[in-house]
Amino acid sequence: MKPRPFEYVRPDTVDEVLELLAEYGDDARILAGGQSLIPMLNLRLIEASVVIDISRVAELGAINFLGNRFEIGAAVTQNSLMAHLSLKQELPLLATALSFVGHFQTRNKGTVCGSVAHADPSAEIPLILAVLDGQVTLRSKRGERVMTAATFQKDLFTTGRAPDELITSVTFPTVGRGFAFREVARRHGDFAIVAIAAVQVENGVMRLGVGGMTGRPMVRRIVAEGAVAAVAEWAEELGGFEDLHASAAMRRDIFRKLAPRVIEEAIRCAA
Amino acid sequence: MQTKTPPEKILRKEDASLLSGRGRYADDLPVPVGTLHAHVIRSPHAHADIVRIETQAPLAHGGVWAVITGEDVRKLSDPFLTAVKVAAPQWALAIERVRYVGEPVAVVVAETRYIAEDAAELVEIEYAPLAAAIDPEEACEKSAPLVHAEAKTNEVSVREFSYGDTKAAFAKADRVIAMTTTFPRLSFTPIECYVVVAQHNAAENSYDVLANFQGPFSIHPVMARSLRVPGPKLRLRIPPDSGGSFGIKQAIFPYIVLIAAAARVAARPVKWIEDRLEHLAASTSATNRTTRLEAGVAADGRILALAWDQLDDCGAHLRAPEPATLYRMHGNMTGAYDIRHVAIRNRVVLTNKMPTGLIRGFGGPQLYLALERLMQHIAVELKLDPLDVIKRNLIPAAKFPYRTAAGALYDSGDYPRAVEVAAGQGRLDELKRRRDDARAAGRIYGIGFSAIVEPAMSNMGYLSTVMTAAARDRAGPKNGAVSMATVNIDPLGAVTVTADVTVQGQSHETVLAQIVSAELGLAPDDIEVILELDTAKDQWSIAAGTYSSRFASGTAVAAHMAAVQMRDKLKGIGAKQLNVLPEDVELAGGKIRSRSNPDNALPFGRVAGTSHWSPVMLPEAMAPALSETGVWTPPELEPPTHDDRINTSFTYGFVFDMCGVEIDPVTYQVRVDRYVSMHDAGRILNETVADGQIRGAFAQGIAAALYEEFSYNEEGAFLSGTFADYLVPTVSEIPEVEILHYESPSPFTPLGAKGLAEGNCMSTPVCIANAIADALGAADVTLPATPRRIHALMEGGEKT
Repeated sequence: MKPRPFEYVRPDTVDEVLELLAEYGDDARILAGGQSLIPMLNLRLIEASVVIDISRVAELGAINFLGNRFEIGAAVTQNSLMAHLSLKQELPLLATALSFVGHFQTRNKGTVCGSVAHADPSAEIPLILAVLDGQVTLRSKRGERVMTAATFQKDLFTTGRAPDELITSVTFPTVGRGFAFREVARRHGDFAIVAIAAVQVENGVMRLGVGGMTGRPMVRRIVAEGAVAAVAEWAEELGGFEDLHASAAMRRDIFRKLAPRVIEEAIRCAA
Repeated sequence: MQTKTPPEKILRKEDASLLSGRGRYADDLPVPVGTLHAHVIRSPHAHADIVRIETQAPLAHGGVWAVITGEDVRKLSDPFLTAVKVAAPQWALAIERVRYVGEPVAVVVAETRYIAEDAAELVEIEYAPLAAAIDPEEACEKSAPLVHAEAKTNEVSVREFSYGDTKAAFAKADRVIAMTTTFPRLSFTPIECYVVVAQHNAAENSYDVLANFQGPFSIHPVMARSLRVPGPKLRLRIPPDSGGSFGIKQAIFPYIVLIAAAARVAARPVKWIEDRLEHLAASTSATNRTTRLEAGVAADGRILALAWDQLDDCGAHLRAPEPATLYRMHGNMTGAYDIRHVAIRNRVVLTNKMPTGLIRGFGGPQLYLALERLMQHIAVELKLDPLDVIKRNLIPAAKFPYRTAAGALYDSGDYPRAVEVAAGQGRLDELKRRRDDARAAGRIYGIGFSAIVEPAMSNMGYLSTVMTAAARDRAGPKNGAVSMATVNIDPLGAVTVTADVTVQGQSHETVLAQIVSAELGLAPDDIEVILELDTAKDQWSIAAGTYSSRFASGTAVAAHMAAVQMRDKLKGIGAKQLNVLPEDVELAGGKIRSRSNPDNALPFGRVAGTSHWSPVMLPEAMAPALSETGVWTPPELEPPTHDDRINTSFTYGFVFDMCGVEIDPVTYQVRVDRYVSMHDAGRILNETVADGQIRGAFAQGIAAALYEEFSYNEEGAFLSGTFADYLVPTVSEIPEVEILHYESPSPFTPLGAKGLAEGNCMSTPVCIANAIADALGAADVTLPATPRRIHALMEGGEKT
């Protein structure tokens, strides 16, 4: 379980990172917290001729609370975001979900943007980004662009990032009043079999997000009244995938039974 | 008989080292100058012919010293000896054919592991895939692909046994109640995987190996024979610490031979560290078993007879000590119950899966899953209380020592009383109240019980039960189990202890210091315990090692004997110096003194050092008291009788568990609400250590009940190759367990103590399965009871 040889570079500025990405493109890999990248390198599942370590790029290390949104730099670890003084107050949904991300030890290294970039379909952070209708900011030598969460994550481990682009930050809007989050996993800290997040955007109207059912987190506007039927219908549409831990039918059943409870909780939370 | 109970709550001697990162594990120890690193290339196929192996390119890669293939292994070694004579040779590397995913095919030896793994990608291996035999029952059919063509069958051993008059007993029964159970494949994945550092001395043709092998050392001759050297030419050294073992580190032995051969080919010392992927795919697995068990039952739940039909799937090779998973439990196939009529059919099948072997509990989890599920099922069928069915069949206290139908000699116990204590003091009432409250609120709740006998310290002859009596006669007698420990005294009277165990965290140092210090009138901290083992210099027998919970009734007794021998000599020496009779001498408080006049005393060190400084002062005809070895071999461990009765183990503890579980109808998860575990392991040597062992076995029992399973698909692909797929419960998933003790000292050992390290691996999986069956009203509960399986049970749909 040793990686193939690679070059290791640790630039100090974003411009240097973009320079390297422009030169190496797909042959380069961004190393932030390394919680997914390093195992994949060790398992020789992926190739990298250059590993660019961004963990000490100062301009990527900021958490900015901008009144109606949080902007999280690419080098910010999950634990440092959890420790941010305003997070629980201003974005309790994200604060809650973060405690389900891996374990304390992995959150010390793992980054918020790294989880978004990795795009695991059952990961909590991409789900919350999607349900809050957040954004991903990407930069390359060609310039900067912003993608919505819905357009950024395409499928299982697949995103809209171009090979020469760096995710510089993700932005979580502090929308809605009343939220709830539940996930079902085999063990504490495991990737979710099904993860469900709800945020009330208008009275009795939810944005409901679900992870673990398909190749990416899915979000739908659901009216609380009649949610049971709406969720049941949606569960059938999503289908759900099969793995060792859960059949598609089990994923559908969990989603069908749990989502209405999550919606109720969000409404109770708002009240 | 010794009746002293050593003090309880003695802190562990090991803790200071282990908790401050000063343990000395195999990978921490220095290696010889010039040591190279090995990487093992493994089969991606369940079954395939090896058409061609191309090694030119990797050999040309910078830093690579050797690439070893099956042809080298064929030149330098022989296949491993097996317990059953069958034409299914296992070599240290696959030769001509691979038979399971993960089977070693070649070894790259290079200056670093990184280079070895890079070069491994350059080794071209051409395979011609073959159909694989995966399902054990299908593998028994005539049409199945043969795992070893030379054997002409996959069903390599079939033995039938009959004790009492089973036919007549079944005829008398009011009902025949039967059940089929399957025990899954799993392992208990030590944190530290296998480590081997091997050297070959070409001048002497001898091998020197450091490995975290756990024993039993009956495997040493197997390795020496394979390497074609006499035993002394294979020096095996075991490091002072091992990072978990659980039986699994017995199965390192093919790799000891493999890396030794690699060192010979490379002409340099070679180190290999098994990584987690290798460990999960190819180290070893508990044996999956299909059991059909029938009971002839009276209307009141009394069992008159049992008929066992057991099929063990040992994987691709019958690696030693298999098929011991079947035979280790042979004497106690009737568990805690007084059943005199038993028929047993044991079958062993080979399949294209990883070879199986010892895993903590070894045979017990398989046995009791069938027996205790059947007990619950009998209660359901007869509309009786499950605990009443258990109680009605327990062996009465007056019958001890109790000879079972199949020949085990249960040393001591009062099973009905232990059950009464556990269920009493409001515990069972509380459990029932919780169940009733939960059910009244519409929740899904069930109660489970299990009562098991926990054998410890294996009879080295039990495995010969797999042979017919005639074959046993030809092979020569095998029986007993020798334990050895030595007490040494240095010139200033400092005491050290060595013993025939391998250390894996069982607190042997603490307990040995406790036992020896008590006899010598010293404090436990005065005793140095040194347990790294070197086959060239230390005491050992084939029974040495740490397995089958042999310490408390084996090595601990040997240490006690050595300490008593030393104590008695020191009394004689002291008597002469104190001018009193030896009978008047006692060893206490660090002094050797007159019992009648305690002021007439000498420091322990002064008397103990006499043999070094002034042997002339010793009593006449006494050999110097420098080193005393206790050698313990209990006479109860007899060979199998001509009618196949065998006392498979030396001590037999008792475990009674009861639990309540709740099943979440939304997440399909099983939550253990309450768990009570009653143990009778004879006299408890150290309660802290005992409870630690019980908690560890309980955690692994939970793992087997709810989480851990090696999965293969129909083609033999291995599906649980990482810790994301193979789920080990962590501290968050392990419920609290209430531990109770009931002490029935064993009359067969001077310490009265029995092994207790495996009981919950045997009792807990089935106790939880019984609670799930009670909760769901289902008979067919497959372990591990994963949410996926619970979902299938509750919502119908596919059986998985």
